[in-house]
Amino acid sequence: MIEMKSVYKTYKRKDVTTEALKGIDLKVEEGDIFGVIGYSGAGKSTLVRLVNYLERPTDGEVIVDGQVLNHLSDSQLRAMKKQIGMIFQHFNLLESKTIFDNVAIPLVLAKKPKEEIKQRVMELLDFVGLREKAKSYPRELSGGQKQRVGIARALASNPKILLCDEATSALDPQTTQSILQLLKRVNQEYNITIMIITHEMSVIQEVCNRVAVMEAGEIIEEGSVLDVFGHPKHPTTKNFVKTVIHNSIPESVKRSLKKTGNSKVFRVEVKGEVASEPIVHQVMKAHDIEVNILFANMTEIQETTLVIMYLQIAGEASAIEKTVQLLKDKGAGVEEVVE
Amino acid sequence: MFETVITLDQFLQASIDTLYMVGMSLLIGSLVGIPLGIALVVTRPGGILENKIFYSILNPIINIVRSLPFIILMVAIIPFTRMIVGTSIGTNAAIVPLIIFISPFIARLVENSLLEVNPGIIEAAESMGATPFQIIWHFLLPEAFGSLILSITTATIGLIGATAMAGTVGGGGVGDLAIVYGYQRFDTFAMVTTVIILVIFVQIIQSTGNALARKARKE
Ligand SMILES: Nc1ncnc2c1ncn2[C@@H]1O[C@H](COP(=O)(O)OP(=O)(O)OP(=O)(O)O)[C@@H](O)[C@H]1O
Ligand SMILES: [Mg+2]
Repeated sequence: MIEMKSVYKTYKRKDVTTEALKGIDLKVEEGDIFGVIGYSGAGKSTLVRLVNYLERPTDGEVIVDGQVLNHLSDSQLRAMKKQIGMIFQHFNLLESKTIFDNVAIPLVLAKKPKEEIKQRVMELLDFVGLREKAKSYPRELSGGQKQRVGIARALASNPKILLCDEATSALDPQTTQSILQLLKRVNQEYNITIMIITHEMSVIQEVCNRVAVMEAGEIIEEGSVLDVFGHPKHPTTKNFVKTVIHNSIPESVKRSLKKTGNSKVFRVEVKGEVASEPIVHQVMKAHDIEVNILFANMTEIQETTLVIMYLQIAGEASAIEKTVQLLKDKGAGVEEVVE
Repeated sequence: MFETVITLDQFLQASIDTLYMVGMSLLIGSLVGIPLGIALVVTRPGGILENKIFYSILNPIINIVRSLPFIILMVAIIPFTRMIVGTSIGTNAAIVPLIIFISPFIARLVENSLLEVNPGIIEAAESMGATPFQIIWHFLLPEAFGSLILSITTATIGLIGATAMAGTVGGGGVGDLAIVYGYQRFDTFAMVTTVIILVIFVQIIQSTGNALARKARKE
């Protein structure tokens, strides 16, 4: 649905040049809720603004819905933009217009007949739960309500893609939750591909199925949310993951760990169905070993459970080996932890 | 109480003349100044129709005209005024320099009003695929409307001051009365009355402008 091929973006302001993007390759499939996370200045906004060509790439190709944006004329680009909705951190609603008129704007621009506009706007306001606010002005609404209006406005022209640049960053955690749930519904009920820019890992955890981590204009890690959360590779990714799931042995446990000759420590990772099985009990019964759970954490991601455990397994070397094999056979990821 | 030679009719006529000069030059000045103000905003660096050449010509021209005090501008363009209306005295002759005086002033005021619009609004408009004309018409102007009303109010009050000066060269209106009777013939009554009339005009215009702007801002 969205593809970028070695995209570069350099800003030149007088003597200052900023390389905001340095060779981005990216693929967002239809139906994805694709998250992009990174610290401030990583280039996230620049990246998302390339998708609807608010910014032009210095080099490389941006392909949306099979069309190479670089090759489109201004009027073709405007037509393309109607296929892409966008919502913003500060909502960007027109203060001078009612909620109804704000949502109606894309339809007015497209010169739709009055009756059709009225019907569509009320339908959208129903969808976001703000029908009774149609005649209010943005200043009379809370932040969460404003973002709902923003979402309704972005959906008005029936887009295939919705871009969200820090759409929940100005909202409290509870309101963030409700907006994220709404975005999930947008994805499922209207089958709209969503790209979410954020600096909060919890947002990714809540709604995304894929994630790209950005740093200094590059994508340093990319994959399914379950994989990236389970196995972050880059230190920055690890830091982000740490903000939502504890996945390392607490220092106090580490210190009191008795290094006995015939024991080893493993990091065991279990996903989905397997997580609900009494897997530790099963391996203990199968072989002559002792298992000490040093640390365990269970997180819900994408309606799937991710369990991360640190197990100290004591016993004969061969028994330990067999236990590890058994865990792997059951679908767990097992890694020995060597300090 | 005071000795005066001016009749009520003269006062009425002078007031009507002043309103006529202000009204006409405001109307034509707005028709020129508002598009110029919009042009300044959209062609400036980073604007939606960025145009370095156009902007770097228009911008200094407006500054130059703005830097001339009205009284000098009026005298300097007398030949031009004669060419247009055939005479350099009377209300119609005063309107020509008034328009030239007020148009760039309105352009600057409009520019400031439009620049106050949250840039996020324009970003949203661009993300919807709006054309430059649509951005101006459906986003910039409605969002700046309250502020534009206040700008026009300020321009109108500026015009009242300028029309009073136009009186010194026989432009007619309240200013003319003040000069001819109040100043040259020491008619205190004429002087005081013209001051009161001008104060009332300005008060009415300012409070009407404020009220309209409040309404436009949905306060
Ligand atoms: N219009 C611009 N002109 C010049 N430099 C810019 C412009 N926009 C962004 N940059 C620079 O490009 C880099 C990336 O900016 P960008 O806004 O994409 O970061 P971000 O990841 O969205 O950060 P944040 O989380 O703070 O929003 C920064 O160094 C920024 O200063
Ligand atoms: Mg940003």
